[in-house]
Amino acid sequence: MSTLNKATTRVLTYAQALNEALLEEMERDPKVVLLGEDIGEFGGLYSVTRGLLERFGPARVMDTPISEAGFVGAALGLALTGYRPVVEIMFVDFIFVCADQLFNHIAKARYTSGGQRKAPLVVRTQQGSAATGGKAAHHSQSLEAIFCHIPGWYVVAPYTPADAKGLLKAAIRDDNPVALLEHKALYFTRGPVPSGDYTVPIGRAAVVREGRDLTLVAYSRAVGLALTAADALSREGVSTEVVDLRTLKPLDIETVINSVRKTHRAVVAHEAARFCGFGAELTATIQQLAFDDLDGPVLRVGGLDAPVPYNRRLERAVLPQVGDVLAAASRLLKIRLAGSGA
Amino acid sequence: MYLIRRAEERLEQLFAQGEAYGSLHLCIGQEATVTGACAALRPDDYITCTYRGHGAALAKGSPVRGLMAELLGREAGLCRGRGGSMLLTDLSVGNLGASGIVGGAIPIAVGAALGAKISGSDQVALTFFGDGATNQGTFHESLNLAALWKLPVIFFCENNQYAEMTPVWKGTSIARLADRGCAYGIPGVVVDGNDVEAVYRVTAEAAARARAGQGPTLIEAVTYRLCGHMFGDPETYRPKAEVERWRARDPLLIGRQRLQERGVAEAEIRRLEAEVEAEVEEAVEFARKSPEPDPAEATRYVYVE
Repeated sequence: MSTLNKATTRVLTYAQALNEALLEEMERDPKVVLLGEDIGEFGGLYSVTRGLLERFGPARVMDTPISEAGFVGAALGLALTGYRPVVEIMFVDFIFVCADQLFNHIAKARYTSGGQRKAPLVVRTQQGSAATGGKAAHHSQSLEAIFCHIPGWYVVAPYTPADAKGLLKAAIRDDNPVALLEHKALYFTRGPVPSGDYTVPIGRAAVVREGRDLTLVAYSRAVGLALTAADALSREGVSTEVVDLRTLKPLDIETVINSVRKTHRAVVAHEAARFCGFGAELTATIQQLAFDDLDGPVLRVGGLDAPVPYNRRLERAVLPQVGDVLAAASRLLKIRLAGSGA
Repeated sequence: MYLIRRAEERLEQLFAQGEAYGSLHLCIGQEATVTGACAALRPDDYITCTYRGHGAALAKGSPVRGLMAELLGREAGLCRGRGGSMLLTDLSVGNLGASGIVGGAIPIAVGAALGAKISGSDQVALTFFGDGATNQGTFHESLNLAALWKLPVIFFCENNQYAEMTPVWKGTSIARLADRGCAYGIPGVVVDGNDVEAVYRVTAEAAARARAGQGPTLIEAVTYRLCGHMFGDPETYRPKAEVERWRARDPLLIGRQRLQERGVAEAEIRRLEAEVEAEVEEAVEFARKSPEPDPAEATRYVYVE
């Protein structure tokens, strides 16, 4: 979004940008309806649905009981009969109580019917560690790999407010089920958001910083780690390119490969546990497609193989930090960096 | 009912011969439930059903050709050979789909009913499920949501006495599953599930309530699965005498007796049965002649392109 004209943008928080997306799409299409816990009168735990009940009424903004399997399944029934429901699952950790509906029913609705059915619905949920930390093992996970692994879902994980808005609008208009994985630590971050109607296409990554020596590939909050690491690397004379995937599925591998062909080195970073994480797929794919262009192995930065602990020091130890990105970079570049631990 | 019976008996043979494969869950003995219930619905009403769904699919109006072709894995099948026996869907007749997961399709019907309520259409959604599903969370969550929002949905429990191989009483502490409706303020009705006319009447009443904005009904249709849980089931879990007792109450026998009592000539009944038999045979031949899906299209229909 580096080409945005300042005159046509406003600075909004990630939560405000998402709210605008919902409001605009509900104005545009009367078939867009919202379901979720405390999304109506309360306006959503992170205020993403604030004001929408007042504007659109209880038939389109439905507060549900704490009953995820019930209302996620009901969203599928709505989608199969002509609606475009947007369902909020308050924390991604709760997907396991409605996993049957998400993965056996929604994901497979089209395929198992031989193309008769379509399920144009969006599951909005938020994941990751809180800005303050301390939300512990049942409210801090990053579970994108689960959505990506089950055929049938599109998966988007925006980092900027502008992308959050544009991807949510694109997701609502898409005829496939889309999981919009917001990040709880990003809701109150600010950024320029274009005025007027726009979408960000699903399946397109963005080069958010150009460079020559190293590619950092990330999404969601880990883009912040990558950008911070890139700043530190530039002080050491290393020119770093940062690719924000924005969409995980379908994966824009072309943008990643083009970058790697230029820099010959790549580090993949995400907050989710590294073992069997999305980075494993990404790394394998880069190495298969660009092996001859690489000066070293594609390295992965991710969480340790442990639940997210409550204690802040432990949480920081489990989740990837800027130093971990720098350590991977220094290993690839064969240089010593301050703060990398290398 | 005879169409369902005949089609399933034919499917059993095709399965034994290896022409149909995977799993086969027949509803032999339960034909009156789906037939009576679907007869009480309008073509534009919705159903969801279970992996024991051949009967529901036919009762809602799917052609037997499409069923046979689906079970033979053919492109001309209801689901182009992608779904199979357990996942029959036919949007053209309002069958939103079956589920291979016990209780899995109940909330989907709640959603369809919610949509009907929002749009102000007077459509009804009916969901078929077994006795075993009433112990699943989705059953309870769905009853709660439907009662809370007063949705035009009919929860239709086919109590065939066994949750797979486990008798109802071993999995549930109450005698009448319909009683579970009262926990949610939903009327629970028990009906003889082998009496197609009785099933029709209670379903029509539930549909009328739903269309009048009076909310959901839980129907418990008491019936019996005269066949095994699935093809190859050794049926070691139930006494033969019990099966024989229920065989005497076969819904097809009851239906036939009713027709005779009302003066329908035996010759006329036989003529209708012969028509059904010919239709089923024709469907089997149609399925056999239909092409298999192209392996190059194995990933088609995962996404809307």
